[in-house]
Amino acid sequence: MALSGIQIYKLLPQTNCKDCGFPTCLAFAMKLAAKQVELAACPHVGDDAKAQLSEASEPPVRLVSLKSNGYEVKAGNEVVLFRHEKTFYNKPGLFIRLRDTESPDEIKTRVAAADGYKVIYVGRELALDGFAVEAASRTPAAFSAAINAVRQISHRPLILISRDPAIMAAGLRLVDGERPLMVGADAANWQAMGDLAKQHGAALAVTADTLDGLADLTVKLKDLGVQDLVLDPTAQRLGASLALNTQIRRLALRKNFRPLGYPVIAFPGDADEPAQESILAAHAIAKYAGFIVLDHFAPETAYPLLVLRENIFTDPQKPIQVQPGVYEINNPNADSPVLVTTNFSITYFSVANEVESSGLPAWLVVTDAEGMSVLTAWAAGKFDAERIAKAIKTFNVADKVSVKRVVLPGHVAVLSGELENELPDWEIRVGPREAVDLPAFIKQSL
Amino acid sequence: MSAEIPKDSWSGTVRTVTLGATPAEGGTRSHVVTVGGQKTLPFMHFEQVAPNRPVVAVEIKDRCPEDWSPLLLEVWGDAAISPAAWAKQAEAAGAHVLVLALSLTGDDGKPTTPQAAVAATKAVLEASGLPLLVFGPGQAEADNELLVAVAEATKGERIALGICEDKNYRTIVAAALANGHCVTARSPMDVNLAKQLNILIHDMGLPLDRILMDPTTGALGYGIEYGYSVMERLRLAALQGDAMTQLPMIVTPGFEAWKTKESKVGRDVPEAWGDWRERAITWETLTAVTLIESGADIVVLRHPESVRRVRQAIDDLMTVPETV
Ligand code: B12
Ligand code: SF4
Repeated sequence: MALSGIQIYKLLPQTNCKDCGFPTCLAFAMKLAAKQVELAACPHVGDDAKAQLSEASEPPVRLVSLKSNGYEVKAGNEVVLFRHEKTFYNKPGLFIRLRDTESPDEIKTRVAAADGYKVIYVGRELALDGFAVEAASRTPAAFSAAINAVRQISHRPLILISRDPAIMAAGLRLVDGERPLMVGADAANWQAMGDLAKQHGAALAVTADTLDGLADLTVKLKDLGVQDLVLDPTAQRLGASLALNTQIRRLALRKNFRPLGYPVIAFPGDADEPAQESILAAHAIAKYAGFIVLDHFAPETAYPLLVLRENIFTDPQKPIQVQPGVYEINNPNADSPVLVTTNFSITYFSVANEVESSGLPAWLVVTDAEGMSVLTAWAAGKFDAERIAKAIKTFNVADKVSVKRVVLPGHVAVLSGELENELPDWEIRVGPREAVDLPAFIKQSL
Repeated sequence: MSAEIPKDSWSGTVRTVTLGATPAEGGTRSHVVTVGGQKTLPFMHFEQVAPNRPVVAVEIKDRCPEDWSPLLLEVWGDAAISPAAWAKQAEAAGAHVLVLALSLTGDDGKPTTPQAAVAATKAVLEASGLPLLVFGPGQAEADNELLVAVAEATKGERIALGICEDKNYRTIVAAALANGHCVTARSPMDVNLAKQLNILIHDMGLPLDRILMDPTTGALGYGIEYGYSVMERLRLAALQGDAMTQLPMIVTPGFEAWKTKESKVGRDVPEAWGDWRERAITWETLTAVTLIESGADIVVLRHPESVRRVRQAIDDLMTVPETV
């Protein structure tokens, strides 16, 4: 069971030496109980106490990682119910399901499309994580053929789906040396599945339609020696899935209930209607899934899901930023325009991408606005004439151009007067409000 | 191995706000819509079944919005040039309530007159029996002038007037007070600013059951995570008993999603963005459903297919599972 803050306090040195960064041992104990710090932050705990505390400091949701040649997908290790309490750590893996009733050629085509899919969002390359192969045919031969077909195209981690241990064994033999996820163990087959998981070093998902059923299975499998477990609560609808995933996360975090302290797998592809699949997947991203198995791959739904996953798993304490400085876009020269913006990643990339894809050269001056968007920074006083002028001066922009003319984002047109005062020998121009309109503005007005 | 489900029991309750008034109540609406009333975090029916479901509002305009994505103009077609026809079509598409967003200028390029705003509002009220929200163009002077006229001309209909912000709320609130209407109160993604504005409005004498709060959101990819977390925090504060956060929440995922490049632009975009229409609708629906799960009571949408999908998601979220 989890220890309370007071119980932890009694095990600490109680010297209030502050080496942990907290004013008192009690304050540190409270943080530890809330799982917001690591025990290692106190250098003075004795071995006895450490042993007693290690249980309490163990992650409430076990980290389970799937591996294949060169790839790894991690789930678990989460410590909060709400992202604002700290952050969510491991982005749920997105997998595409293939069934072995499809022909190997069909499988290869679908895998190739999803495997090669990449999309750039705020300068990051986003991609899907792997594939799930289901033994829908219920024959080892078809299952093996399907797995081979996938492996001819993609080396990403796999999820193997069958309730029949003999079929599962046939599949596992083909991915020796990897750590796939097996789905799944149920009340009838758990022993054989557990043995296979141990033998192949695979992770194993347990399937039951009640929490008690899931807990029963994980306890038995843990006794059997299988550690890397995943929960499949089989909820096919939003409401049930939200309730069950919340209950699982609460039990793990608040009660330190070990039998449900594992990542959850979701199957949005089981939705009645394809249009609901992306909605169920979005829900699974925000509400606690560790692995998400989709039936359909299409760029127009993969892209928003990947973006949502980035957003929800952004650390709320640290907005994603770029380094302030002068960025050269399309090899600018002395005649190229000077544009200013802020160092919030989303802002920077929306401007940089527009200019870059237009082929027009420009100098993009990124001011230190503490990682805020144009209007947010302006409202917070972090993007004003003084800061912009300072950036222009410290980055020696004047040395780079022959025409001293700088373009402001249209949303902060109000700054132009003050900026004229700050930069008397510069011409101040107000650009369009949205970055999409920048290329046309540069062509027509500069 | 029996897991004892941790259930929260909260001291606070979200207030209910009722939009619209039937003839018996002094209005002309065919029915009213009530939001709020939760005693739990969103859809935790195993603790207590939520009394009211989240509501889908559809945004229509008094004149054809040329700056809207071509996908939207195409799907609404001719309806977009007549507020009455648009209202009917939005109702047919599944709107629970309508938002009439007034434009800054009329077709002639001149500022929208109070008469024109009233005429558009009345046309919508005649065309559809749904409860209505009316938003000004978003500039203080125009908002005040137009919303006062609309409020007076629709006395007793219990529409919601918006958008009140900290810099401009007095006139709108006074108009709501005098004519039996509600207001929406928008603050920039901050728990304390939301509370502050609610207090200011309440201090003018408007009862709390006539205020909807709009904590502002960003679209998917453009700040949704901030809106999402602020809404979760506001709802937690409400349930913990903080009276000035106990208001139903309205957000505008349609407006936010359809101003992104992903939704607006179909050509010369990366191939990895895929099919334009499906991408745009997914952008709007994922923004909306994510916000509903974080506590939104009213989501204002723009595309009819998004309305259909989000309604289905709401039905699904409101189904009380047998297993729990
Ligand atoms: C997310 C957000 C936040 C986040 C911060 C995110 C961040 N890291 O910046 C949080 C929640 C922290 C926040 C806080 C605040 N916010 Co805020 N926030 C937003 C929100 C929802 C989205 C901003 C965003 O990310 N936009 C996307 C980026 C890409 O847009 P952008 O930077 O403007 O860039 C675009 C254009 O400007 C243009 N562009 C950019 N650079 C350039 C350069 C050139 C040359 C050109 C031509 C064009 C161009 O291209 C981009 C794409 O088109 C907006 C409302 C909204 N929906 O827009 C409010 C908003 C910006 N916030 C606002 C306010 C008031 C605040 C606060 C002051 C409130 C408070 N709580 O005290 C604080 C300030 C922060 C502080 N004190 O610490 C107001 C600003 C009002 C105003 N007009 O002054 C807004 C508009 C909300 C509102 N309607 O009231 N906010
Ligand atoms: S470092 Fe250890 S002993 Fe020192 S104050 Fe922190 S918890 Fe107490």
